[in-house]
Amino acid sequence: MSINLQALSAQLLVGLINGSFYALLSLGLAVIFGMLNIINFAHGAVYMMGAFAAYFLLNIAGIGYWPALILAPLAVGLFGMVMERTMLKWIANLDHLYGLLLTFGLALIIQGVFQNYFGSSGLPYAIPDALKGGMNLGFMFLPIYRGWVVIFSLIVCIATWFLIERTRLGAYLRAATENPTLVRAFGINVPLMITLTYGLGVGLAALAGVLSAPINQVRPLMGADLIIVVFAVVVIGGMGSIMGSIITGFALGIIEGLTKYFYPEASNTVVFVLMVLVLLVKPSGLTGRAA
Amino acid sequence: MRNTISTALLGTALSLAMAGIAMAQDKTVKIGSLSDQSGLYADLGGPGSTLAAQMAAEDSGLMAKGWKIDIISGDHQNKPDIGSNIARQWFDVDKVDTIVDVPNSGVALAVNNVVKEKNGVYINSGAATSDLTNAQCSPNTVHWTYDTYMLAHSTGQAMVKAGGDSWFFLTADYAFGAALERDTTEVIKANGGKVVGGVKHPLNTADFSSFLLQAQSSKAKVIGLANAGGDTTNSIKQAAEFGIAKGGQKLAALLLFITDVKAIGLETAQGLSFTETFYWDLNDKTREFSKKFAARMKNGAPPSMVQAGVYAGLIHYFKALEALGSNPHDGAKVVAKMKELPTDDPLFGQGKIEANGRKIHPGYLFEVKKPSESKAPWDFYKLAGTVPADQAFTPIEKSTCALLKK
Repeated sequence: MSINLQALSAQLLVGLINGSFYALLSLGLAVIFGMLNIINFAHGAVYMMGAFAAYFLLNIAGIGYWPALILAPLAVGLFGMVMERTMLKWIANLDHLYGLLLTFGLALIIQGVFQNYFGSSGLPYAIPDALKGGMNLGFMFLPIYRGWVVIFSLIVCIATWFLIERTRLGAYLRAATENPTLVRAFGINVPLMITLTYGLGVGLAALAGVLSAPINQVRPLMGADLIIVVFAVVVIGGMGSIMGSIITGFALGIIEGLTKYFYPEASNTVVFVLMVLVLLVKPSGLTGRAA
Repeated sequence: MRNTISTALLGTALSLAMAGIAMAQDKTVKIGSLSDQSGLYADLGGPGSTLAAQMAAEDSGLMAKGWKIDIISGDHQNKPDIGSNIARQWFDVDKVDTIVDVPNSGVALAVNNVVKEKNGVYINSGAATSDLTNAQCSPNTVHWTYDTYMLAHSTGQAMVKAGGDSWFFLTADYAFGAALERDTTEVIKANGGKVVGGVKHPLNTADFSSFLLQAQSSKAKVIGLANAGGDTTNSIKQAAEFGIAKGGQKLAALLLFITDVKAIGLETAQGLSFTETFYWDLNDKTREFSKKFAARMKNGAPPSMVQAGVYAGLIHYFKALEALGSNPHDGAKVVAKMKELPTDDPLFGQGKIEANGRKIHPGYLFEVKKPSESKAPWDFYKLAGTVPADQAFTPIEKSTCALLKK
């Protein structure tokens, strides 16, 4: 096969777009795991709820894409906080496995409910007018919306990283993960912080859902299809590492894009092959702490 | 003592004889609707197909005549091994007589073998592969609704004749995609066109941008979508995003269902041309059935062509059973009767089943309406042409089915 440089750069860019979704989703997972030690299997379901929230806002309340970008993650984040307060809180001190099973069950229930009412083929959501069309980059035709997705998710990822790693609030949070009793002794409301953090992680997933609504179908199973890949991303990047999950997210998007060009049949397995390789060499992930 | 034994023996003999009589007049039927109940094909088959089967049982009139009809459903999850396991269990444990629907050609072919081995009845509506009535044909199988030959010769041929003589394929990487690409390639070549390239993508792919870019740089006049369900809707939606049509390339949606059009939205789907053998708004009879059907669907959807095929196939199956007088629990015998009787149902009209198991009826070329032309929630299609029944499917003399060599 002759390698066409133009086509190759186009594939790299396309990979970066998919990488944005991986990054946003794995970031949320990393935040939740890093701070709460919960393996959040409901992440795909809340991603889907984000997309549906955008759809409802548009079709029931007539609220467009831009407000939905804020309102949908807020609403779904609130749902996440209720979930944390009413269910996850009670198993916080148990083995990881309990959290995994509970969130997995929740994901199945949420998806089942949506599927019952909306079927499996999905609903259309139009690209907002301001981002319609595309530009010719010479080597490819880039839909403006996709460009927007890359830039916007990059900003969100960096802002989240900054919030957790570089601010006082983030420092409290990290301290609370290490030693909740001591942090409480300083008069900080740790349970509230935990709830807010879970809300943040869930909100990030919902935001990814809103971003993807105009590209993919708004479908009950959109998250279930993606979540396994995202977990692989998190495992490769190292569970709980914020920067690790962002970088791995984008990098894996690119690797997957290249696979689609050179050997498309393997495009949905390449991530898992990489995961196996990384686990063999470095079980804690590329940037992870030793367990 | 002696008396007791002889009484016991007499009793056994009597009950055996009774059982024999009951056998001869067995009027119980068990039907399994095997489908993708929750994945990408669930809306075009799935629970709607089970409903269609129930409605067929109700409308057949057999229940009033003392027949007992049971309908169960199963989820094959688009996996051939799961599909054939369910089929085996249905025949061996649950005593199922007939399996209907089975979308996904990979699963359909696997189940085809099981039904033949167990001598059941197989009325396939959901799968596309034309192999079911050619290389893999079986005396137990009727392929009802559509197939890859039909799709290739209607949509494919129409595209080539309209000047689309160079093609690039986006093909779902399993039995169905391969069959559809093969059959369409034959049509393209026969009409003087050529295939300049293609990619095989995994089933259930969310992002097609990479493949679409390859299609774009191939400069082919037509991009043939040899995929189905969610894969097709994502391809079409993303093709619009990448300006495929503006670049002068045309999309050929070789297989498109009404549920797909709904998912894409008329704004993006308008103008697409494709082929189906059933549409709810074809005539008074289809409208009447669809209204009843939609009222019983959770999301109020009218029947897809696959669900319509499940209904019509079973209506014909029940006619064959009635003609036989009882259920012989002998699949090949029932299917032979189905082939012998002419078909006539409200959804597909009059037709017949060929010796290779192929159900024959017309194909309809549809075009998706503009949003301004659509007057009702599911008012999506304009009829653009009809392929007569005798031309829509593989001519019987060209079928490679072994049943035909006698």
